[in-house]
Amino acid sequence: MSDALLRIKNLKTWLGNGEAPVCAVDGIDLEIHKGETFVLLGESGCGKSMTALSIMRLLPPAGRIVAGSIFLGETSLLDLPENAMRRERGGRMGMIFQEPMTSLNPVLTVGTQIAEAVLIHDPGQGRDPRGRVIELLKAVGIPDPEQRYREYPHQLSGGMKQRVMIAIALAGRPELLIADEPTTALDVTIQAQVLALMKELQQKTGMAVLLITHDLGVVAEVADRVAVMYAGQIVEVAPCEAFFRAPKHPYSRKLFQSIPGREKRARRLAVIRGTVPPLDREFDGCRFADRCDAVMDICRRQVPGWTPLAGGQGVRCFLEGGAGPDSTGSPPEAAAEKTGGRQGGHPPLLEVENLKVHFPIHKGVFRRVVGHVRAVDGVSLGISAGRTLAVVGESGCGKTTVGKAILQLPRPTAGSVRFEGDELTRLSGEALRRRRSDFQIIFQDPMASMNPRMLVGDIVEEGMLAQGIGADARQRRARVGELLEQVGLPAGAAGRYPHEFSGGQRQRICVARALAVQPKLIICDEPTSALDVSVQAQILNLLQELQQAYGLSYLFITHDISVVAYLAHEVAVMYLGRVVERGTVTEVLEHPLHPYTQALLSAVPVAEPGGRRQVIRLEGDMPSPSNPPAGCHFHPRCPQAMDKCQKAYPEAVRLSETRTVSCVLLDQDS
Amino acid sequence: MMRIYLPVGILLLWCLMALAGPLLPLEPDRIDLPHILAGPGVEYLLGNDDLGRPILDRLVMGARTSFVVAVGVVLVSSLVGVLAGAVAAYAGGWVDLLLMRIIDVFLAFPGILLAIALAGVMGPGIDNVIIALFVVGWVGYARLARAQILSLKRRDHVIAAVALGTGHVRIITRHLLPLIAAPLIIEATFGIAGIVIAEAGLSFLGLGVQPPAASWGSMIRDGARYMLVAPHMVLAPGLAILLVVLAVNLLGDRLRDWLDVRSARSVIERKNW
Repeated sequence: MSDALLRIKNLKTWLGNGEAPVCAVDGIDLEIHKGETFVLLGESGCGKSMTALSIMRLLPPAGRIVAGSIFLGETSLLDLPENAMRRERGGRMGMIFQEPMTSLNPVLTVGTQIAEAVLIHDPGQGRDPRGRVIELLKAVGIPDPEQRYREYPHQLSGGMKQRVMIAIALAGRPELLIADEPTTALDVTIQAQVLALMKELQQKTGMAVLLITHDLGVVAEVADRVAVMYAGQIVEVAPCEAFFRAPKHPYSRKLFQSIPGREKRARRLAVIRGTVPPLDREFDGCRFADRCDAVMDICRRQVPGWTPLAGGQGVRCFLEGGAGPDSTGSPPEAAAEKTGGRQGGHPPLLEVENLKVHFPIHKGVFRRVVGHVRAVDGVSLGISAGRTLAVVGESGCGKTTVGKAILQLPRPTAGSVRFEGDELTRLSGEALRRRRSDFQIIFQDPMASMNPRMLVGDIVEEGMLAQGIGADARQRRARVGELLEQVGLPAGAAGRYPHEFSGGQRQRICVARALAVQPKLIICDEPTSALDVSVQAQILNLLQELQQAYGLSYLFITHDISVVAYLAHEVAVMYLGRVVERGTVTEVLEHPLHPYTQALLSAVPVAEPGGRRQVIRLEGDMPSPSNPPAGCHFHPRCPQAMDKCQKAYPEAVRLSETRTVSCVLLDQDS
Repeated sequence: MMRIYLPVGILLLWCLMALAGPLLPLEPDRIDLPHILAGPGVEYLLGNDDLGRPILDRLVMGARTSFVVAVGVVLVSSLVGVLAGAVAAYAGGWVDLLLMRIIDVFLAFPGILLAIALAGVMGPGIDNVIIALFVVGWVGYARLARAQILSLKRRDHVIAAVALGTGHVRIITRHLLPLIAAPLIIEATFGIAGIVIAEAGLSFLGLGVQPPAASWGSMIRDGARYMLVAPHMVLAPGLAILLVVLAVNLLGDRLRDWLDVRSARSVIERKNW
C-alpha cells in the first residue's frame, strides 16, 4: 500500500550473545498507515516491547537486530548512522513509556524538559521555546500551563506526568507515536483521560499511533487495527471490528475466553494450559501447538505460514479460520451454579464498624505530630461465611489499608473489627497470634511476599509451625505435599526456591501458604494485578474452587471491575478512605447510584467491539488523604455537586437490606 | 580461579603468620648495627630497619598484631552493632529513638580522633586499641543493620509471616537477618581493611603496640622517616597491608555470591523435601 508510514519486514531481534540467544522478536512483518492506531497486543514476554525498541533502535545492550528492515516513509531506519537516527527519535517518531514516574528527570522542571525536546527537534522556534512549550502543555490538557512550566515532576500526579511525556513526544511533531503500555500504571479514571487525549491529539495532528498493551479493553477503546503477538511472532492481524467479532487464531480466542466478566460468573474461566515455550531454540512446528485445543498433526510437523484472509485480516495458523464458528467461546465446562441466597440468616463472619486508620505526620526534632494521613476514615463492612466481598477503588483510596487493618497490621486507630463475634482490636500478644490462623492474606506481588532465601516447602510449612499444626515433621511434610498438589503445583516444588517459578506458580505457593493454617477468611490484596490475563484466569479459578470446597470467605481488594463482576457477591466502593457505596454485585454494577461509582464504572474499558461507551470524565485527581476536602470528599470532582455537598459528609443512606450509599442525591429522594 | 585461590592463599598466609609466628626461630628485636638500613639481600630477604633489625622477621611478628586487632574488632563490633541496629529497627518507638541518639553521639566524634582520645586515656597497648576501635566501629554496623531492617520489615513476606502468627525471634532470625547478610558482609570486609589501616594509624601515633614489639602500622611509622634512603622499610609492611585488604575484599564479593540462593555459585545446601 502506498500510504504505509511504517513498514517492518521480517524483523528479527535477538537478546544475549552466548550459545543460545533468545529470539525475542522472530520475523515480524507489519505496516502502519498514516493516521491510524495500530495496537500490538500480547502477554508479558511475547516481544511487543522489543519490537517497539527495535523500531527506535533503543535496544538494551544485550539486544541486537539480526535481520529485517524497517522503513519509516522512505527512510530505512536500520541503515541510518547513529547521529541521523537521533534526529528521527523524538523527531518523526516519538515514544512514551509505561512508567511516567521514572521517565522524567526529577531535578529539572517540566518546562525545561519539554523545551529541550523543542530545541532539538523544532528549530523553527528559535531560541525561546517557551511559547511552544506552553502551547504543548495546553495541547495535552494540563491546566495552568504557565504555572506548571516551573514545577518539578514530583509536584505532578501520575496522570499529569504521562501528559508531560506525551507533550515531550509531540514536541518534534511526530508522524508516528509509539506508546508502550502508556496507561498500565494509571488508575482507570486517569487511563480514560489519557486514552481520550491520545485519540484527540491523533485526530488533530494526523499522526499514526503504535500502541502496545496487554489489555483487551484498551484495544477495544482505541484500536483501528490489532496485531496479536505470541512468543516473538505476530499470530494474527485484523481490523478492530473483525477481531472482536471473530478472532481467528486459537490463541486470540483463548485470550477472550480467559477475561473474567459478569456473564461467566457461574463457570470456570478458560485457561491456556502450559507456558510460553522458551525462545532460545528453533521451532519445527507452531509455537502454540502444545497449548492449543485445536491442535492437529501438521501443527507439530510444520511451521505455519502467514495466511491472508478477507478484509485485511491475516493469521498464522493451519486452521485458517476454518474452524470459525467456535469463535467467542463455548463455555469450557459448566461448573456448579454458585451457592446463592445464603446472605440472609447467617451471622456475619467478619463485621467491621467505623474503622479508622490514621498515620501521624511527624515534624521537627521532637517529632511533633503536625497532622494525620487519614488512610481509612470510617469504613464499615461485613462478610458472611463462604462469600466474597470486593473492595474496589483507585490507588490511594485506602483499600489495602482496610485489608491490613482487619488483620491488625497496622492496628486500627479507632473502630471495631469483630471476627465471629470476637473483638480483634482488643486481642493482643499470644491471644491474637493464635487467632491469626483464622484470617490470612495474599498479596499483589507474590515474589515480594515470599522470603527469597527459604525453600517453598519451608515457606508453606511456616504457618503450621507457628500455629502448632501437625504433630511432627513427617506429618507437616505430608501436609505440605497435599497443599502444593491442591493448588496445582508439581510434587517437586517443595524443594525449590521461589525464584525458580513463574508468576502464576508463585501466587499458587502464596495461596498454599495461606491455606496451611486452615483460615476462614482470606484477604486477597490485588492477587492477580501483576499477572497476565491467562494466568489471572488460573488463579481466579483456583480461588473459586477453594471457596466451594472449604466455604472460605474472601475480602477481595482490586481495581479491576471485570474480576469483581466475575467472582464477588458483594461490592464496596471506596473513595479517599471511605466507602461511598455498598451493595450486592448486581446492585452496584448494574445500577450504580453514587456519582463516583458511576464515573468509575464508565471509565473501565470494555472488551467489546462497540464498546466505545460514554465515559463520565472526572476532572483532576484524587485529593491527598492528609487534607481531604470539606464535606463530601468527592464534591470537587463530582459532576453533580451542589452547595450542600461542601457542608458535611453525607450520611450513609440505607436503601435495602444489602445496600447503602453515601450521597446527598439519595438523601433528598428518601 | 585466580579470584579465589589468590585471596584465599594470602589470607591463609596471614593467619599462619599470626598463629605460628611465636613458634618460628625469629629474631625481630635483634639489633644488628652493621646492617642499619640495609636493602634486601640474601641474608636478610627484606632488608633491615633503622636499628638493623630484620624486616622479614618483624613483618611476620607484626602480622599477629594486625590479625588479632582486625578480626577481634570486626567480630565484636559487627555482633554488637547488628544486634543494636536490629533491635532498634524491629522494636521501633522509643527504643529506636534512644538507640539512635546514642549512635548519633558516637558518630558526632570523628572516628579516629575518638579512638586516639580513648587509647590516650586508657594508655597504649593492643587491648586498648581493640576497645577504642570497637567503640568507634560498632555504630557503622548498627546504622547499616537498622536501615536495612527498617526497609525489610515492611516487606510483604515479613507481613505474611506476622499474619501467620510467627514469633518475633523467628521473624528476626529467619526473615530479616539472612536477608541483610550481603550488605553486612561487604561492610565487614571493608571493615577488616579499615581496621588494619586504623591500627597502623594508631601505632603510627605511638598509641598501639609499644616498642620494641612490631606491628605493620608501627613499622610504617618507623620507616616513614627514612622513606628516601630506605624505601623498603615502608614498602614491605605497606604491601602486606595492601595484599590483605585486597584479598579480604575479593573474598567478600565471593562470599556474598556463595550465600545467595539465587546465584549460580550458591553453596547453600538444599534440604531434601
